[in-house]
Amino acid sequence: MLILAFAICALGVLQIFSATHDTAWAGAWWKQVIWVLAGFIALWFATLIDYHTLLAQVPLLYGLSVATLIGTYAFGMTAFHSRRWIGTTSFHLQVSEFVKLVIVLLVARYMTELKTEQLELPDLLKLVGLVGVPMALVMIQPDLGTALSYLPILAAGVFVAGLRWQYALAILVIVALVLPVSYFFVLKDFQKARLVSFLDANQDPKGSGYQVIQSKIAVGSGALWGRGVTKGTQTQGRFLPVPHKDFIFSAFAEEHGFVGVIVVLGLYFLLLMQIVQNAQTAPDRAGMYICMGIATVLLFHILVNVGMVVGRMPVTGIPLPLMSYGGSNILAEFLMLGLVNNVRLRRFVN
Amino acid sequence: MTIHPDREEQQLSPNRLLRDDDTKFASGKIAFFQYVMVGIFLFLVTGFWDLQIRNPEVYQERAERNSIKSIPVLAPRGKILDRDGRVIVDNHSSFSLFLSREDLRMEHLKPIAEGLNLDYDALVARVRRFQTRGAPQYEPIMIKDELTPGELAFVESHKDPDTFPELEVIRVQRRLYPRDGLAAHAIGYVGEVSESELNTAEFARFHQGDVIGKDGIERQYNDTLMGVDGQRRVEVDSFGNQRRLPEDEDKDKEAIPGKNLQLTIDLDLQAVAELAMENRKGAVVALDPRSGEILAMVSRPAFDPNLFASRIRSKDWKDLLDNPDHPLLNRAIQAQQAPGSTFKPIMALAGLETGVIDSSFSVHCGGGETFYGRYFHCHATHGQVELHRGIAQSCDVFFYNVGNRLGIDRIAEYAEMAGLGHKTGVDLPHEADGVVPSTKWKIRNFREKWYAGETISVSIGQGATTVTPIQLAAAIGGISVGGMWFQPHLVRDAHIAPARRGNVQPENVQKVIYGMYGVVNEGGTGGRARIPGINVCGKTGSAQLASNELLKGTKLGEIMKDNAWFVGFAPMEAPEIVVAALFEGGVHGQFAAPIVRDVLKAYFDKKVRLGEPRPQMASLPRLLAAPAPPAAPAAVNP
Repeated sequence: MLILAFAICALGVLQIFSATHDTAWAGAWWKQVIWVLAGFIALWFATLIDYHTLLAQVPLLYGLSVATLIGTYAFGMTAFHSRRWIGTTSFHLQVSEFVKLVIVLLVARYMTELKTEQLELPDLLKLVGLVGVPMALVMIQPDLGTALSYLPILAAGVFVAGLRWQYALAILVIVALVLPVSYFFVLKDFQKARLVSFLDANQDPKGSGYQVIQSKIAVGSGALWGRGVTKGTQTQGRFLPVPHKDFIFSAFAEEHGFVGVIVVLGLYFLLLMQIVQNAQTAPDRAGMYICMGIATVLLFHILVNVGMVVGRMPVTGIPLPLMSYGGSNILAEFLMLGLVNNVRLRRFVN
Repeated sequence: MTIHPDREEQQLSPNRLLRDDDTKFASGKIAFFQYVMVGIFLFLVTGFWDLQIRNPEVYQERAERNSIKSIPVLAPRGKILDRDGRVIVDNHSSFSLFLSREDLRMEHLKPIAEGLNLDYDALVARVRRFQTRGAPQYEPIMIKDELTPGELAFVESHKDPDTFPELEVIRVQRRLYPRDGLAAHAIGYVGEVSESELNTAEFARFHQGDVIGKDGIERQYNDTLMGVDGQRRVEVDSFGNQRRLPEDEDKDKEAIPGKNLQLTIDLDLQAVAELAMENRKGAVVALDPRSGEILAMVSRPAFDPNLFASRIRSKDWKDLLDNPDHPLLNRAIQAQQAPGSTFKPIMALAGLETGVIDSSFSVHCGGGETFYGRYFHCHATHGQVELHRGIAQSCDVFFYNVGNRLGIDRIAEYAEMAGLGHKTGVDLPHEADGVVPSTKWKIRNFREKWYAGETISVSIGQGATTVTPIQLAAAIGGISVGGMWFQPHLVRDAHIAPARRGNVQPENVQKVIYGMYGVVNEGGTGGRARIPGINVCGKTGSAQLASNELLKGTKLGEIMKDNAWFVGFAPMEAPEIVVAALFEGGVHGQFAAPIVRDVLKAYFDKKVRLGEPRPQMASLPRLLAAPAPPAAPAAVNP
């Protein structure tokens, strides 16, 4: 699992280098290497501390998370129209990334405590409320993508725990009703524009659809074998937006082609399979919920990010796990892998 | 902030609580999750399949369009040099503004037009024309040339991708013509190929926006001068910054500069001829009768070709077209005027060759004579006149009789032999034919038979006869070298037709030449062409604007003044230069003579200055060289 993760990280670092080598971000790949190393230390810590101990601290962690999110909203740094970061300009953390972990733990503990095989409505509503608070806080930053990424954790937990089909149906209906309403009342203009451009990217090729179109051009022009490292004109010519972050996979697809894409998606697939396998062999429900939550959140990220790259998902600011440049998400992701490892190492304890 | 405090109280050991295992119940759901995973990955892979495997070409092409810009590299036009290699037409650098159509947005046209003081409607129309023509996208639209520093600054500060990415400045070479219209008509001018021209066969191979020769040498030798535009491929990023990649260099197309063109024009002589014309309307053609090389070609009034070097303003263009003096007309090759008495040397030669007269033939000039019931005037009363005096004094009565004896068709035969009545073939576009009337000509053009009375007028170069200055220079030049006519040409190594050798007797030619010697040196009509030390021969002509249609065209009671002609050559012993001058409205040939004298003098002065005679063409038959002229010139010369 670690080997897979490091392979993906290495490709990520390579792509960050390629995408930024003659831009103002030229040093980013080196920073990423440091983040990955820091991530490895984080992973080691996350492995060391028994996850049960962590689960016991969920109330504290949850309280801390909510408090920090409120703090971020009130005092955080503003970048790209939203407040997501705390810290100074040279070192800052995106709190919402770490909140994911807390939510994973929260769901795991909650479900374990219920011990039932079928979720009752009050329990479900309580859990939704618990997840909903930090989610709402992230949403008002506004960071819709990250906020939405909390939902699959919840959904996976609920799904594994078991849900009456009537409830499932009711939830679907509610979601169907809420979506159009939220489009008009909750989403900000640029978020609406992204959605519209997802539905019809050619409507305004120089405006909001630009990113999707440029990404598709980048991917398509990569063809089977790609154009070679630092040879992708879309990436090098900076037609591709943030080619070292959210659109790192377009840049990768342009420079390494379909073959490269298959390799990386294969790595991700194997990584996820490992995590899921850990869920199956977990010593207890808590471990299983943790692994499933982590697998879901990673899968969700991959789906939304890669789907966006090929124009099959709307543009959201969701990074690609392990590849995208960024300290917070790398650290958070390694912490997740650490937790999975944690569960894995304790499978023979009892 | 705690979760389920009640349960936590019940089970104090969190470990016992959380280790409550039995994960079996979930295995089916986990398996289901795995299927979802596989589904999602397949969904993603098909996305890449669609883009990268099924139609990557589409995206590759779009990526290319995104990032590769082909910037035209305009080939500089060849320079035009005079016979001594001095530059007549040069190029200078200027900046032209293009609209790149790949980035063009119509709503930008308004602010661009405002920023550059362009006519918005004209600009839109121009862009639309490109679109309707279906020109390829990469073909940019030139919208302004000769950018001033201010305009250049506007463009530089607005051409970033966020403002007007379509703006593209290209450094171009512009034509720089001599000032004051020097040799303007011979050289012509360049201009952007027009849409109507693009639809003709001659111009079909050009592209919109190409600058091509429109007239004169520029047009005639456009292919030599033009060169081939190249292309420079640059990679641009989304900010419009350009980067050069090594592999782009291989795909560049070098611009092939146009070749320089050396003319036979002598700038010194040209300048003298221009000055000699002063403000007169008319034309001067000086050529070397031994080769047909044109040494000077002037047409006045002239125009400034520099007006055309950049896009000509419509007002300037209209002014040129509306000018009653037609400054765009190259009178040297296009003015078809009655030759008047300058036609007489040809008449004399025809008379001698056909034997209808000999040198002793004489008539009595009493100021006129009646032919076919009509009295024809002479401009003076010459008394008894034979050939030599007939030419020298330009006696009309003498030539009426010669013409009457020859008949129109024999006149026409010799006139055509001398090269009149059809184009000389000079390497310029739009040369006029002139008219040599004959019975055939009359039937063909008027469906009428020729009246013998008409021949009388033709005998003195009137009637329907018209010539262009270049025809006259070539015709008389051919006679001066003994009956050998070279095709006049302006370019040094032009492909010219072989010289036509006339079937004429040298002694007859000498008699005619001697008569023309008399015109200048023996108190004849062309005394103003005399140059001490050089035997100048010549012939005046004062031609009525006889053409009926022209007379009808006169308005406001303006008197149509006669045209003044003079054609002269020198030196008589071995002519090197022949000059024909047309002075429209000059009344009498003697007023055209000084123009010719100035040019001849400048020619010989220059030879003296250089201290060496111009090399003679070895192959040239020096028919005149063998016997000395009948009357020793020394007797007349000081």
